[in-house]
Amino acid sequence: MKPHPASRDVVIAAVALIVVLAIPLFHRSPAFEDFIIRLSAMALFATSLNLPVGNTGMVSFGHGMFYGLGAYAFALMMQMTDLSLPVAAVLAVSITTLASFCVGAICVRLSTDYFAFITLAFQMLFYSVVISWQSLTGGDQGLRGGIPRREIFGFELSSQLHLYQFCSVVAVLGLLALRHVSTSPLGQTLRMIRDNEDRASFLGVVLWRARLLAFTIAGAFAGLGGVLAALFVSGAYPELADWPNSGQAIFAVMLGGINSFLGPALGAAILLALNDAVTRFTEYYGLVLGIVILAFAVGFRRGVLDFLRLAWPRSSK
Amino acid sequence: MDLDALGACLTTPACVVTQATSGLIVGMLLFLVAAGVTLIFGVLKIVNFAHGTFYMLGGYVAYSALGATDSYALAVLSATLAMALFGVVFERALMSRVYGSNVLMQLLVCYAVVLIFDDVVKIVWGPEFHAMGMPPAFQVPPLFIAGGVVPPFYAVLIVIAALIAIVLGLGLSMTRLGKTVRAAAINSQMVSALGINTTLLFAIVFAVGGGLAGLAGALAAPVRSLSPGMGFSILIESFIVTVIGGMGSIGGALVSALLIGMVRAFGTIGFPQFTDGLIYIVMIAILLLRPQGLFGRSP
Repeated sequence: MKPHPASRDVVIAAVALIVVLAIPLFHRSPAFEDFIIRLSAMALFATSLNLPVGNTGMVSFGHGMFYGLGAYAFALMMQMTDLSLPVAAVLAVSITTLASFCVGAICVRLSTDYFAFITLAFQMLFYSVVISWQSLTGGDQGLRGGIPRREIFGFELSSQLHLYQFCSVVAVLGLLALRHVSTSPLGQTLRMIRDNEDRASFLGVVLWRARLLAFTIAGAFAGLGGVLAALFVSGAYPELADWPNSGQAIFAVMLGGINSFLGPALGAAILLALNDAVTRFTEYYGLVLGIVILAFAVGFRRGVLDFLRLAWPRSSK
Repeated sequence: MDLDALGACLTTPACVVTQATSGLIVGMLLFLVAAGVTLIFGVLKIVNFAHGTFYMLGGYVAYSALGATDSYALAVLSATLAMALFGVVFERALMSRVYGSNVLMQLLVCYAVVLIFDDVVKIVWGPEFHAMGMPPAFQVPPLFIAGGVVPPFYAVLIVIAALIAIVLGLGLSMTRLGKTVRAAAINSQMVSALGINTTLLFAIVFAVGGGLAGLAGALAAPVRSLSPGMGFSILIESFIVTVIGGMGSIGGALVSALLIGMVRAFGTIGFPQFTDGLIYIVMIAILLLRPQGLFGRSP
C-alpha cells in the first residue's frame, strides 16, 4: 500500500527543510543565503499565484497587490507599534486575506479576460494609493527607516543566518500548507472547474464560491511572501506592488510548470538566478528575460517540470 | 483633494475650455491606441498586452524621422507605416503561434515583447527622456476660445483623430473588408469556411491596430516626452477604455476614451495626487454595474 500522500508531503518538506538548514553548518556563503531568503518570498508569491492560475484557470494579473500589501502592512505595523514580530506578521497576513477576499468578491464572477483586466486595475489602484499617500507610505521612495528586528523565539533576525533559517522555515511551512490546499477536496474541485466549469456547476459546485476561496487563499499566502520580502529589504517599496512584479510571478509560474505543484517555486528559483547572472553582465535584463520567455512560450510551450513529466511520465507522479 | 479649485474651474469659461481641450487630446490619443486593442480583441479574442509598445515605438520612429527629414508629416506617416509593418511581423512571427493556447501564453508572449523593446529603445535611443518639441509649422500663437488657450497643434490633433474615428467607423460598417472583419468577430471559423482568407484578415487587423498605435505615438511625441516606459501607462489606460466601452466596440472606445480624458483633465484640478486612482475607480464602478461595458454585447 502506498503511503498516505499527505504524510509523504510532510516527509519531503521535512527533508528539504533539514537540508536547507544544514547547508550553513558546512559552508557559509552570504550570496547563497541571500538567494534563499529572496527565494522564500518569491516562491510563496509564485506558488500562491498558481492556485488561481494553474489550479483554477483564473489568470490574475494583479497578484503583486497582495504581495505589496503584505509587505507594507507588516513593515508599517512593525514601525508604528510595539507588536511582536509574529503578531505583526499574522495581522499583516489577515489584512491581506481580507483585502483579497474583497477584491475577489468583486472580480471572480467575470470572465477570463475581464478578470485579468480588473485584477490588474485593482493592483494599479493600490499602487497609485501607495505612491500618492506619501505621509504613510513614503510615496515612490518607499517605506524607509528600517524594520525594528525584534528577537523572536531566540531568533535574532538582524543576523543573516537567523533570517535565513526563519525565512526557510516559514516558506517550507507555507508551501506545505498550499500543497495541502491543492490536494484537498477544494483543490480537486478547483481543477474540475478549470477543466469543465459547466460540469462542475451541474454537480452542485457553486462556482463563484470556490473561485473566491481560491483567490482569497492565494492572496493570503502572497501576503505571507510579502512579509518575508519586507523583512529582507527591511522596509517596503512600491515596486513590490507594481505590475512587472505580477508579470514576474506569472512568468515564474509558467517557467516552472503550471501543472506541477513545485513548478512555480522552481520557476522562481530559475528567474532569480537568471536575474543575478544577467545583471552581472548587462544592464539590459529585460531584453534577456524577454528572449528567455519567448523561448519558453513559443518554443517549449510549457514549463520545466511539466516538460520533464511529459518526457518521463511516471517518474514524478 | 481640492474641490474648491475644481468648482472655481468649472465656473470659469477659460478654465473649462483649456481643461476640456487637454481632456480631448488625452482622450483622442487614447482612442487611437484603444481602437487597435478593441479591434484585435474583437476579431481574434486576443488581449494585446504589447500594444503600448507599438505606441512607444511609433513615438520614437517619428522622433528619428523628424530629425532625418525635417518634415513632421513625413514623420507621422513613417511612424504609422512602420508600426503597421511591425504589427504584421509581430502577429505572424509570434502571436499566430499561440492562438490556440490559453490566455497565459498569449500574455507571456506580449510581456516578453514589452520587456525586449523597452530595452531595445534604451539601447538605440538611450534611457533618458527625449522631447521632440513642437514642429516648426505649429510654432504659431495659440487660438483663444472663450478666454481659454488652445494651441493650434491640439486642434489639428483632435481633427486628425476625429477623422480616423469616422473613417474607421464608416469603414467597418460600409466596406466589404469592414463587413468581413465584423463577421470574423462573430465567428471567424465560419468566415474561413466561406472561403475568406482569415490568415490575411488577422494580419490586416494587426496592421491596422499597429498603424493606429504608431500614429498615436507620432501625434503624442510633440506634446509628451518620450521615454522607454511610456508604452505601459497608455496600455493600462487603453485597457480601461476598452473595458469601459465594451470590448470589441469602436464606438464604445471613442466614448470611454473621451470620458477618461475628461476625468483626467478635470481630475488633475480636483484631485491632483489621485488622478490615476480616480480612473481605476471609474473603471471598477462601471465593471460592477455593467460588466460587459457601456456599449458591449452581454456575454
